[in-house]
Amino acid sequence: MRSVLFWILALAAVGSSLTMITRSKPVHSAIAFLGTLVSLAGLFLLLYAQFVAILQIVIYAGAILVLFLFVIMLLHARSGEGSVEKLRLQRPLAIVLSLALLAGVSFLFLQAGLSEAPTPAAGMGTAEEVGKTLFDHFILPFEVASVLLLAGILGAVVLSKKESWS
Amino acid sequence: MTSLDLTALLPAIIVTGTALFVLLLDLFIRSEQRQWLLWMSLMGIVAAGVANGLIPVQGAPLLQGMMRFDEISKAFNFLFLLGCGLALMLSADYLVRQGIARGEYYALVLLSTLGAMLMASSADLLMIFLGLETLSIPLYILATFLRHQTNSQEAGLKYFLLGAFSSALFLYGIALVYGATGTTQLDTLFTILSESIEGEPLLLYAGVGLLLVGLAFKAAAVPFHTWAPDVYEGSPTSATAFMAVVAKAAAFAALLRVFAFAFLALSSSWMFLMGILAVLTMVLGNVVAVVQLNLKRLLAYSSIAHAGYLLIAVASTQNAMLLGPATSSLLFYLLIYTFTTLGAFGVVILAESKGENLSLTDLSGLATRHPWVAAAMAIFMISLAGLPPTAGFFAKFYVFSTAIQAGELGLALLGVLTSVISVYYYLRVVYYIYMRPTAVERPVYLSPLTVLGIALAAIGVLALGIYPPLALSWIPQTLFVLP
Repeated sequence: MRSVLFWILALAAVGSSLTMITRSKPVHSAIAFLGTLVSLAGLFLLLYAQFVAILQIVIYAGAILVLFLFVIMLLHARSGEGSVEKLRLQRPLAIVLSLALLAGVSFLFLQAGLSEAPTPAAGMGTAEEVGKTLFDHFILPFEVASVLLLAGILGAVVLSKKESWS
Repeated sequence: MTSLDLTALLPAIIVTGTALFVLLLDLFIRSEQRQWLLWMSLMGIVAAGVANGLIPVQGAPLLQGMMRFDEISKAFNFLFLLGCGLALMLSADYLVRQGIARGEYYALVLLSTLGAMLMASSADLLMIFLGLETLSIPLYILATFLRHQTNSQEAGLKYFLLGAFSSALFLYGIALVYGATGTTQLDTLFTILSESIEGEPLLLYAGVGLLLVGLAFKAAAVPFHTWAPDVYEGSPTSATAFMAVVAKAAAFAALLRVFAFAFLALSSSWMFLMGILAVLTMVLGNVVAVVQLNLKRLLAYSSIAHAGYLLIAVASTQNAMLLGPATSSLLFYLLIYTFTTLGAFGVVILAESKGENLSLTDLSGLATRHPWVAAAMAIFMISLAGLPPTAGFFAKFYVFSTAIQAGELGLALLGVLTSVISVYYYLRVVYYIYMRPTAVERPVYLSPLTVLGIALAAIGVLALGIYPPLALSWIPQTLFVLP
């Protein structure tokens, strides 16, 4: 059952990634990217990492992808088409670099030899465990981060509020 | 669940609470009553200072090893609160004059101060990073506060982009150090490194280097200083004064915590880098300042140059023996720097009308029109140059003598030489004030609170210059060793 699910999700992830890099319309690419992110979240679930899976959906699929879509729609509002390539060196360079990355990763895999994934420690990656760590060990950083976010919100208000500066 | 002891956090909590209170109060008062926000903020700062003085120091790290409340945290907290309070006093009428008297200004300054306090009390690299961000993000906004002026927008954008970049480098440094040692806690790092260096030394050294770059950026040390002149020039002057003092002091607090304490065992490797940074910063800061005619840019390069002298103090912490004298010379220098820099910016604020960018000639003839303001500016300039009888002399004297004790004769010598260069451009300001006739009759806005702030700064500079041990009650006595 698990390996069937794994293969389905893995194929979906690879398939949607390929779709993403081959579409000419950026909106289609973004939607295909969503497919990759969701299948990756499924793979995390298979590894019992519920919290990571949820974060993957909430942050990547929910926030970052929506941001991508916004930017695409704002920038391509008129044409809806992909932009003309301005940096002509970019494409060959990207091919060379990605081949180099592929070679590096394959080398690592062949060196290490594929084996059974190690089983994570009990409770690792669950929402319960993350919550405990966050509110016990990292309580002070957690609270400070909330103040930091407040400062960010304040900044957005100060810089964008329409008001006659009396 | 362990119980939490929040007493040591009380000064930070008071500052946060004041920021939130000021923010809420702003909603309920009319715009003519905005002075109240300033008074509330000042009261909050005084309360936080009192709390900081009353709470006993604790040796061990607190809150799951995230923060410390030792003598150094205490001294830095006082320093930041002093800087914040004086900067707010300077901003009193200036904000109204520039048309930017908004409640958010005070809240942002307070939140930024909170970030500085957290940085100085950190016992974990993670907390230093969070403190750094809490310090920086309000500063980016404050730099853009004159949002209808293009140079303020430019200042904010430059500061934000370069600052975000340096924060990313700092974070990457933390990740590499964690990868090499398996911990981000400063105490544990100290223990691990003084026993033996495990794992990948290269990884560790790369991490240490990135941490140094991230903090050197905030301290505006050459070659990571390029943002400083533009940001200092474009920001509202009261915000410039605040960032020149508090952000720089916070960066040095973090440098002290990370390098002088946690990475003490590696001092032979980072000492060299720190020395190079100090040399470049002193030489470039002082030499480029010579040709500056714009007052705020002049002070920006002066603040870069002073980062160089402060780096000498950090570079003098080569072993546990020298840690005490070096720390106290750093603290003393920062205290004097706070007084003089805030005072000098205060005088700029007094003379600045809406939308103006003062140059040196705008100060000409100030002595005949406002002799007291002119005298104060002269005191600040002489102190920045490091001449007696002002406190700037003793600040430099302690730093250089500690460097000589540490065997850094070259650094001390170069420090003295570059100080000689600095005398030229500081005294040129005095020359314009006293020797040049008034070109244009310019207004000087003598608002009471700003004048009080400048007077306090001038008294501080003179009193500590005549009798430096006055600072003894503030600088941890165990650390303060007179050379």
